Amino acid sequence: MTNVGTLATKPLFGLPLAELWFALLFFIFGMFLFLDGFDFGVGVLFATRTDDHEKEQLLAAVGPFWDGNEVWLVVFGGALFAAFPSAYANLFSRYYLLMFAILAALGLRGLAPEMYEEREDDHWKTLWGYAFVIGSTGTPFLLGLFVMNWLVGATGLITPVGVLGGVTVLVLTIVDGAAFLGLKTRGRLRDEMRKYGVRAAVGYLGGAVITLGAIYVTEPGLRSSFRSPLIVALVMLTATLTGIYVVALRRRRYYAAFAATAALVFGLVGLVATLLFPFVDRTAGLTIREAIISTLPLNLMSIMASVLLPIVLVYFVVLYSAFSGPIDMEETYQ
Amino acid sequence: MIDPVLASRLQFALTTIVHIIFPVMSMGLAPFLIYFTWKEIRTKQPVYEQLRRFWTRIFAVSFVVGTVTGLVLEFEFGTNFAAFSTTAGELFGGPLALEGMMAFMLEATFLGIFVFGRDRVSDRLYFLSSIAVGLGTWLSAVWILIANSWMQTPRGFEIVVENGQRIVKLTDPLAAYLNPRFPYMFIHMQNAAVESVALFMAGVAAYYVFRHHVWGYPIEHIDVWEKTLKIALVVLLITAPLQVIQGDEYARHVSETQPQKFAAMEAVWETDSYVPEYIVAFPTDVNDLLNPRTKDLFGIGIPGGASWLASGGNPQATIRGLDSFSTKAPPVAIVFWAFRIMVALGFWFILLAVWGAYRWWRGELFEDDLLHKALMASSLLGFLAVEVGWIVTEVGRQPWVIQGVMKTSAGVSPSLTGAEATFTLLGFVTGYILLLGLYTYVIGRIIRAGPPSRDELTQSNAAHVPESEVMSSD
Repeated sequence: MTNVGTLATKPLFGLPLAELWFALLFFIFGMFLFLDGFDFGVGVLFATRTDDHEKEQLLAAVGPFWDGNEVWLVVFGGALFAAFPSAYANLFSRYYLLMFAILAALGLRGLAPEMYEEREDDHWKTLWGYAFVIGSTGTPFLLGLFVMNWLVGATGLITPVGVLGGVTVLVLTIVDGAAFLGLKTRGRLRDEMRKYGVRAAVGYLGGAVITLGAIYVTEPGLRSSFRSPLIVALVMLTATLTGIYVVALRRRRYYAAFAATAALVFGLVGLVATLLFPFVDRTAGLTIREAIISTLPLNLMSIMASVLLPIVLVYFVVLYSAFSGPIDMEETYQ
Repeated sequence: MIDPVLASRLQFALTTIVHIIFPVMSMGLAPFLIYFTWKEIRTKQPVYEQLRRFWTRIFAVSFVVGTVTGLVLEFEFGTNFAAFSTTAGELFGGPLALEGMMAFMLEATFLGIFVFGRDRVSDRLYFLSSIAVGLGTWLSAVWILIANSWMQTPRGFEIVVENGQRIVKLTDPLAAYLNPRFPYMFIHMQNAAVESVALFMAGVAAYYVFRHHVWGYPIEHIDVWEKTLKIALVVLLITAPLQVIQGDEYARHVSETQPQKFAAMEAVWETDSYVPEYIVAFPTDVNDLLNPRTKDLFGIGIPGGASWLASGGNPQATIRGLDSFSTKAPPVAIVFWAFRIMVALGFWFILLAVWGAYRWWRGELFEDDLLHKALMASSLLGFLAVEVGWIVTEVGRQPWVIQGVMKTSAGVSPSLTGAEATFTLLGFVTGYILLLGLYTYVIGRIIRAGPPSRDELTQSNAAHVPESEVMSSD
């Protein structure tokens, strides 16, 4: 076939596909961190609730969404595997125990809301309430740890920079969750969530600055990257967005706060991607050009992704508009 | 410490054996849910809303556990089989990514609407959501089976050496993704899922029908269970014979494309013609228990049966023996017995379907207590048949992870230590026992609670349907 012939030798429209897939990969990760991030945040904030009805409302808020949100992680894993298989193999086998810890935490977070509603007694609900909080706290922390290890090219599992990054990501999910609950709840509950959101935002800015400082001090190899204008711009943007978030929450502009969270998440992901570039796996010394698959499958994957991802975004619009607005007081998880 | 290769293989086997239950449940339930939703919207009969709500709960729990266990599988290619992922990633990673983007996204987002949105969206969007969820589960199977079937009958690639590593390069996408095994595998798997769920439904319904009609217990909304039993029997009557007929063609295809696997399925060690098909077979020497050899066998066989199966009708056909291959045979006993259990179950399901149909035709469907007991006892056997079927497929292709291209032992992560692998294997054994126990417990509770009562139904117009019309629908 002639068209397969061209597809096999030349990149589609002469595009820099390796760089585009690197960007796409981090876009997918950003979507995951923003969307599932508010689920995690809600799970963490669940720990602050003692009233059963309020707990039910928190679960009802994320009920229809979290399945779809979590699929972005599946797509991230798949896309990394498909586009940079050697990096996928190196990273996942190097941080072996960390990967299974993430899966365990994620599994707990996934099971908990479903199980919580299965029985009415207090003992059962307390148990699965804990599971929900532990899973929702553990997952973003461990993911942050993993991403930091990946970024700096750590060989061990637990590094100081990784722990700082984990805490920062965890706090970011609280920022995210509080803004989301601003949209989904009313009254006293919403007022309290707003307070947590403002505190978390301040904490996030502090955490991000400390983590970046720690990377600068401990990773001499990355120092030169810090002087790139893009990094400086992203850090300034983060500070500005945090300010916008705090002001928006104070003025009860919940959509604005939620949008600011999205920008904050993509700002962080952009920072990590910029610092990592041009490597896709620093420890193994793999650059994106070395790790990318050959032209034919790359072109095919690019065609498929450019058709499918916009369609996927439509699903999310349909889902989120079907469940827009605050949840009914009577509405529970199922 | 267990050797990392062995531990990784055991861990992967365990994760797939547990995981497959949940996609089978989703894929099998999906067409039923679409049907119930359609009937609910069209007829407004409360029985369909009850059916839809009851089976949706089971779907939702299965989906969650399926997501949790499926994500583990996706990760395990990288964590435990990094060498395989590096070698085959260019060809194998694509289908996994597309499964996520094309299938799983569709299923997971619309499941949100399907589970929570009955009162929030229009009938039309609600019905479309049920189709989207169903389509998502089936498309998932398409991509996963494309990836798996390529490992069984690899096509459309060449091997090149890059930085000292052998890499599979895709050369012909159509040949690779529509490889010879794919259609056989897809039909066999999808039909198995629907058949397994039909059996499960029949078993659950039989429990209630039996208690009501045979034991005389008052059962709320018995019409729900009567209807379930009938629908399940109709589906079983279609899927059970199809599964055996198609399975026969599949076996012939395996004998052509994976002769070593076929020889293991039949425990043929030395190349021979006029090979019998053993229904049961035991080695005469106890030392050979895990290593059955036909020449030492004591068994009951159909003369020329295996030759007939392999060639599609010639009892004189020659079957290549395991001794004639350059690689070590797969664990023959496991493959041999798993294949026999699967085939026996397949025929048992046909018998059950015919038995049920006969009683129905005689107007005695709700009275035959033996039939109800048989259905109850068989409610999980469809899942067992799927498990042993996959064991034939996956154990049978050993020692190859990619048939004829890469050995499983060469696919394991080189950096993995015995300690790490043993630790996670133990974690998996514990975790998965807990998970299966929890799942069984929750599904058991849902079944015991039954469907929501008519008063709890959301549609107010349901009350206007006269009782006589509800009865006549049976």
